[in-house]
Amino acid sequence: MTSPSYSLPPLPYAYDALEPHISAQIMELHHSKHHQTYITNLNAALKTQSEAVHTADITTQVSLQQAIRFNAGGHINHSLFWQNLAPASSADAKTSAAPKLSSQIKSTWGNEEKFQKAFKAALLGIQGSGWGWLVKVETGNEQRLAIVTTKDQDPVVGKGEVPIFGVDMWEHAYYLQYLNGKAAYVENIWNVTNWKTAEERFVGTRADAFRILRASM
Amino acid sequence: MNSTLLRTTALRSALRASAPKAATRAGLAGTTFVRGKATLPDLPYDYGALEPAISGQIMELHHSKHHNTYVTSLNNFSEQLAEAKHKEDIQAQIALQPLINFHGGGHVNHTLFWENLAPTKNGGGEPPTGKLAQAINDGYGSLDAFKEKFNAALAGVQGSGWAWLVQDTQTGNVLIKTYANQDPVVGQFRPILGIDAWEHAYYLQYQNRKAEYFKAIWDVINWKAAEKRLK
Repeated sequence: MTSPSYSLPPLPYAYDALEPHISAQIMELHHSKHHQTYITNLNAALKTQSEAVHTADITTQVSLQQAIRFNAGGHINHSLFWQNLAPASSADAKTSAAPKLSSQIKSTWGNEEKFQKAFKAALLGIQGSGWGWLVKVETGNEQRLAIVTTKDQDPVVGKGEVPIFGVDMWEHAYYLQYLNGKAAYVENIWNVTNWKTAEERFVGTRADAFRILRASM
Repeated sequence: MNSTLLRTTALRSALRASAPKAATRAGLAGTTFVRGKATLPDLPYDYGALEPAISGQIMELHHSKHHNTYVTSLNNFSEQLAEAKHKEDIQAQIALQPLINFHGGGHVNHTLFWENLAPTKNGGGEPPTGKLAQAINDGYGSLDAFKEKFNAALAGVQGSGWAWLVQDTQTGNVLIKTYANQDPVVGQFRPILGIDAWEHAYYLQYQNRKAEYFKAIWDVINWKAAEKRLK
């Protein structure tokens, strides 16, 4: 009747390390409060589910699915997101840290500016809370890149989909600093994008991308 | 008071002035279609009037920026929709539906929301009376029990959205419903009282402590406005 219990993964940098692009206050609340709440609620839902499995209570199991999807999604998305960011002054924040990925971005969208423009349009088109992701889609021996948006905390976990990097478009991700000016947040986040992580996820497998989740159990 | 009236009058004149243009354009298209533009309604109180429940900064951004963007976008997409109808471009009309729903919903929801709030000196937070009080007591036992249910509904919104006290137009009963993003209360249900659960509605003041916002907002709820909507 034991269920897995997840814990908050530590940030790979200080709360103020992404300044001035993302304020320390935002990072601290986002990580220590918002992400933690998803984990707390996920663990509670998994515990109830485990009991419901044990007692063969199928209706309870089904009724828990949305809570698990939402809170697990919140945990997965944020765990991936922290790794997608790096201090602007670091070598990881340069696109040169992602040669293979940059090459495929260029062959897919023409050039980096066109890609960023398409990504920005997708992010600003989200109606409500959600995320925008660059995803590697694998079909047989072929792979292609795609920009996808997801609502609320729906995670990118489909078969053959590897999330390369994501941008959190919930208001809590930028509001204290950017207020209603979310376009500026979207532009500034490129300064703190961790291209090294992006490259690793691009060349790696789906299991590699989600390894952080096993590490925080 | 006078300046408000003048502004309103000016606004109506502006609407009237723009109407013939729309009519002429529609007339050229061989239809009798006339359309006015949506406009940002004035708040019936000052930005700071709902403090300490809702800060003046939140109210100003929420009204002058967020609501205004819904109004501007709604007008923009309505224009495009009129164009698509004129060209009989069905695909474009369908593609515009979610945008009209979102931005039109944002305009409708916020317009109703501002009326649902009032400073305490103007009766904000004073409990409902009459038919609405009766309906809430019948349905929920007491006003406190109702608020508890309503706050649980607000807390359960996953992402952005609203919670509404609505009236079922078929049965006349009142019930609590949540709506995602800017989905407006239309169709079978009539909006009575709505509370905005988007993060922009509370984040500058309450950050992640949204339960505190849900608790505090009842101090500035305008139940008189809610009563008028009940049929």
